Amino acid sequence: MAPKKTNYPVIRIVYHCLVFSFGFLMIYPVLWMIFGSFKTDYEILNEALKLFPAEFSFDNFIRGWQGFGNITFARFFGNSFLITIGVTAGVTISSSLVAYAFSRLRFPGRGFLFICMMSTLMLPAQVVMIPQYIIFRNLGLTNTYVPLVLPAWFSRAFFVFMMMQFIHGLPKELDEAAIIDGCSRYTVYSLIILPLIKPAIITSIIINFYWAWDDFMGPLIYLSRPNKFPVSLAIKLFADSTSKTDFGAMFAMSTLSLLPVFFIFLFFNKYLIQGISTSGLRR
Amino acid sequence: MITREYERPSRKRFWHKESVCGYIFASPFILGFLAFTIIPMIYSFYISFTRFRIASPPVWIGLDNYLRIFTNDPRYLKSVAVTLYYVFVSVPLKIGFALLVAVLLTRRTRLASYYRSIYYLPSLIGGSIAVSLVWKELFAVNGVINKLLALLGSKNPIEWLGHPTYAIWVLILLTAWQFGSSMLIFAAGLQQIPESYYEAAQIDGASVLQQIFYITLPCLSPVILFNLVMQTINGFMNFTQAFVITKGGPMDSTMFYALYLYNSAFNYFDMGYASAMAWILLIIIAAVTALIFKTSGRWVFYESKGGN
Repeated sequence: MAPKKTNYPVIRIVYHCLVFSFGFLMIYPVLWMIFGSFKTDYEILNEALKLFPAEFSFDNFIRGWQGFGNITFARFFGNSFLITIGVTAGVTISSSLVAYAFSRLRFPGRGFLFICMMSTLMLPAQVVMIPQYIIFRNLGLTNTYVPLVLPAWFSRAFFVFMMMQFIHGLPKELDEAAIIDGCSRYTVYSLIILPLIKPAIITSIIINFYWAWDDFMGPLIYLSRPNKFPVSLAIKLFADSTSKTDFGAMFAMSTLSLLPVFFIFLFFNKYLIQGISTSGLRR
Repeated sequence: MITREYERPSRKRFWHKESVCGYIFASPFILGFLAFTIIPMIYSFYISFTRFRIASPPVWIGLDNYLRIFTNDPRYLKSVAVTLYYVFVSVPLKIGFALLVAVLLTRRTRLASYYRSIYYLPSLIGGSIAVSLVWKELFAVNGVINKLLALLGSKNPIEWLGHPTYAIWVLILLTAWQFGSSMLIFAAGLQQIPESYYEAAQIDGASVLQQIFYITLPCLSPVILFNLVMQTINGFMNFTQAFVITKGGPMDSTMFYALYLYNSAFNYFDMGYASAMAWILLIIIAAVTALIFKTSGRWVFYESKGGN
């Protein structure tokens, strides 16, 4: 705890005013987008300073939801959920298995494999992006979700590391006792470790949900048919259209696309903050 | 169960040996590492020495791609310069903000955690397309930023996205705006600093600033190092925001490395050339990271070394 709480009310009031107004400035762009989705295009473009619309109208949402061609946003959201659930489940399940191996089991080559895993954290995605694309293309898997979801089922270093730190915090006597009582490593993992690292599992689910939901580059490279698009690519279509950009509809759909993110933020804030703080803290 | 165990004891014991279990549990990583990292890396290294336009098979051309990168592609050199500028401005800015706000929010008020959530929100959604599209509108000629500047007395609206020197600042600001996750990591680090250090300093008559410079920052320096490295790596790989907001323009002034690489691979289908660029990116990132670690001995303070 750095500076101590002061007892001068004036300083405290100034402090809160400062911190609050800076915080308001920080989320202003988000508020502007949310309220923008209820405005007319004229208001968005010509009265940019106004935060609130003259009257709240849901026209943008209705128009935006129609989507492009015959594909509505129901489809895009469905696609997004499909990809996101596939990726999130894959990363979380596989990473927990690997984390158990690295933190509790001794096997030849463990140290070397661990270093390999940590070095993938520093590997720029671009190095493997092109060959992966060529391989998936040769297998005829472009325009499917396989290239987006399949790699996720082989664990991700960041989450393995996070879960390992959780497992290190559990007393080793716990699984030793279970082994003596006749449990196998498989039951130790599923009946002891997994329930005890629940916070790490939840954190992993949340962060992966965010990353997969926001992912743009993967879908951009692999998907070219609009009926396969996730929301992130679909919103971009508003800006790409050859005729005039429909700003109201774009803002409305942008706001909708952030709704799942906001909800998780509201309900799982604790896990999110915990996860980010612990994974970054250990040196 | 028991009868089966009796029938095939050796087989059962094999699957339950600790090392075998280890490999089984680690197999997602081992297989994935081979299939999605090692093999692609080898393949990528090979095609970086070829001319490969995806429709026809790769043709070996030796070092030509690398020679072209360094001697015959001014756009590439420009993209390196732009990326370095972006990284070296935006990362310190982001970390500086994160530190400042984290220190400000260590006051023990109930409101602090709400404030932290507010400051954290942008970094949560900042990577999304939605935010990039909104950011673009904020800096439009008729956008909020120009309207605000007009209120403050600026005469002519600035063409932020059309100006070769200003456009990159739109992206730098968007990056710095997302300081929230670094701030959370710093905030957690601040809580680890023992209260007694500050009490001792206060007894010795240290001012608040002295406490920050001689206690807070040194104790936090390992966390700062971690953030610096991770944010620098991320900075070099920034793609989406430039792709959506500026498309690399005007006059390539925001043609980030990752964007140019993407264009080479997926617009010009020059897979060999793009792979060579990817390998040089790997070397640049490794060099910059090594540099940060090398200088870190001078400013990072580890408690175990310093005595406790």
